[in-house]
Amino acid sequence: MELKTLIRGTLMGGAFFCAVLPATAEDSVFVQLPTYRTGPYAGSGIPIANGMADYITMLNERDGGINGVKIVFDECETGYDTQKGVECYEQAKAKKSLVFNPWSTGITLAVIPKASVDKMPILSMAYGLSAAADGKTFPWVFNPPMTYWDGASGVVKYLGDQEGGLDKLKGKKIGYIYLDAGYGKEPIPLLEQFATQYGFTLLKYPVPGKEMQNQSSQWLNVRRDKPDYMVIWGWGAMNPTAVKEATKIRFPMDKFIGVWWSGGEDDARGGGQQAKGYMTLNFNAVGTDFPALQDIKKFVVDTGKSKVEAAKFGENLYNRGVVNSLYMAEAIRIAQEKSGKKVVTAEDMRVGLENLSIDEARLEKIGLKGFIAPVKVTCDNHSGHNKMYVQRWTGDKWEKASDWFDPMSDVVNPMLMAAAKTYAETNKPWPARSEPCAN
Amino acid sequence: MFYREAGQFKSSYATDQAIFPLLQDRIGFFTILAIAFIAVPLLADDFILDAIAIPFLILTLATIGLNVLTGYAGQLSLGTGGFMGVGAYACYKLTTAFPDVNIILLILLSGVFSAGVGLVFGLPSLRIKGLYLVVTTLAAQFFLEWCFIRIGWLYNYNVSGAIDSPERSLAGGLVLTGPNADSVTRYLVVLAIVAVMTLLVKNLIRGRIGRSWMMIRDMDIAAELMGVRPLVAKLSAFAVSSYICGVAGAMFVFFYLGSVEPSAFSITLSFQILFMVIIGGLGSLIGCYFGAAFIWILPIFLRNALPAIGIDIGAENIVHLTSMIVGVLIILFLILEPHGLARLWQLGKEKLRVWPFPYA
Repeated sequence: MELKTLIRGTLMGGAFFCAVLPATAEDSVFVQLPTYRTGPYAGSGIPIANGMADYITMLNERDGGINGVKIVFDECETGYDTQKGVECYEQAKAKKSLVFNPWSTGITLAVIPKASVDKMPILSMAYGLSAAADGKTFPWVFNPPMTYWDGASGVVKYLGDQEGGLDKLKGKKIGYIYLDAGYGKEPIPLLEQFATQYGFTLLKYPVPGKEMQNQSSQWLNVRRDKPDYMVIWGWGAMNPTAVKEATKIRFPMDKFIGVWWSGGEDDARGGGQQAKGYMTLNFNAVGTDFPALQDIKKFVVDTGKSKVEAAKFGENLYNRGVVNSLYMAEAIRIAQEKSGKKVVTAEDMRVGLENLSIDEARLEKIGLKGFIAPVKVTCDNHSGHNKMYVQRWTGDKWEKASDWFDPMSDVVNPMLMAAAKTYAETNKPWPARSEPCAN
Repeated sequence: MFYREAGQFKSSYATDQAIFPLLQDRIGFFTILAIAFIAVPLLADDFILDAIAIPFLILTLATIGLNVLTGYAGQLSLGTGGFMGVGAYACYKLTTAFPDVNIILLILLSGVFSAGVGLVFGLPSLRIKGLYLVVTTLAAQFFLEWCFIRIGWLYNYNVSGAIDSPERSLAGGLVLTGPNADSVTRYLVVLAIVAVMTLLVKNLIRGRIGRSWMMIRDMDIAAELMGVRPLVAKLSAFAVSSYICGVAGAMFVFFYLGSVEPSAFSITLSFQILFMVIIGGLGSLIGCYFGAAFIWILPIFLRNALPAIGIDIGAENIVHLTSMIVGVLIILFLILEPHGLARLWQLGKEKLRVWPFPYA
């Protein structure tokens, strides 16, 4: 058993050494980026990881960080696995990361109860627990620009528009194919409520995580049930498989709509030309036509500091990674203003995220005009229920198919608040919010 | 030179049959216990406790569970993840139904449910062996995972389908589970449970039941002819193994992860535990500790040590590297040393005994 002690001792030394490293660098803040470049979800995880890293690298190279404070970051590979994700969270805590981005609904659920105790802000951008939008109950969790429930309401709203009004959805059949995990199950209560409210039938097709590359049985059922619309809540390898299967049974692609996480280029490419017309929601623009992205190209991609393949630069999920880092960078900047310190702490970061506000003027200033809709997070509302749009696959790229539109916040918000209350009750004793609303 | 038994005479059966007959072993053992119970909580920081020590101990217990079944009783199983899940879900149901009952009692009780499920899925082992038994345990794994996803009652119809560990404390107000529980507290509880269970298993294995398991493993027909009842021996191995795995699973949720989706108890976990058994050593308790330490700590070690010595290969390559190292090692161990790290440990001790006279 002495060997065990030896290993433990060596490790302790190693871990201590690493824990000390970021703190010694002067005038820098540390952010850990949990990523998954391996595993079944790597197809979606790699572009996001590249986007996140490149935007931060660009800020460091071009501006020397934020107000002269460099953002030091390192990646922690989660493989979309909760076990590894929790380990990354512990590491983020030990290395004093400003914020933790779980990038998986499962990991988000695991770390939410720990966040308020460890004083670690959680930024789950448009994923995770929808109810976390209630800032009163979840002061440490943020899910801008909107929640899954906003997304589900956006889908129903858009489909209603297609039919010429929400009341026209009566009697229709809407199929919902989803990853059978926390992620895919999240929007079901809202969709069910809409189903009774607007009189459509909701057909559910769960896809187990380990069988996401074999969906023939689900699509056979789709062929039998003949739904009027199909809605997909997929991730990783599930998306291209679903698109491919849909083309195989000749499901009309213009009746097939996905959440923003089903909108990677590689997801639609799987269906080839036949996938033309496939739609997904989105909250960031696709393409490289923005000054900030040109700067990323100039300072990061062209100098060989990026892992992104040149052809995939500016694709949807890459840009989404950029949005995630943009939120973090803006939150750090706001945290600096609010705290008056240059080197902010995780607690300042929480205040920064809570006061996150990126308006048109600011977007123009940082060279991202039109890249995202303006975002505003408040003390009560940690999601903001911001705008989204629908994009359509043309066969080789995404094009914008609708204007920016609002989710149905009037329906979603009361449900979110009720869900937050239920969460706090089932997790008794849930700590009451002790952080003041700094403005 | 220092490690030899010269002069240590045994004058009673009790001393002769002690777990550690050698004085040096006893000293080493108690030193390790002292380090684990006193030095680690005093010196280690939260990261070491939360990310290394606690999961390592819990996985060790699961490895012991599988080792009882595979290493000692010779019944191959791929259902470990599922049996751990049964323990976790049982504990979640119990503690939400009876919030005032001591959580440690409930964790120990939840193993009983796991043992029951293990018994049912162990029944086929009376008729089928080897690879075919692997298939039935694989079926158990998939069936149980399906239950965790599909039966809403198991997770109290939670919207996200996850179970979480609510805050539970001792009568004195010491918080044991939930986000407010101190790492040191959780570590000490886990360590105590794992240490006591290891001791119990050790004695079980040295006794009549353990011997009958090993007879079944080595040659079941001979064992049967000599009066070992295969029904009792095999099913008791399944029950004990599942019980231990169930307790480990409950601790995995309540003392480590905090909240899990069913995917945490997937086949990946079963394989992870099986690799720990193989690398550590089939049929060895200390091997369980070695195996779990190796598989759990290697990636963390690589991630921290490589950048520290100036090699930065990226987070994803460390995962690839770990898979490659573990894969190669499993093949090497299966070919060169089927008894794993535990056998190397034993060889080392034998060498040490005769050192510096290799011919003695």
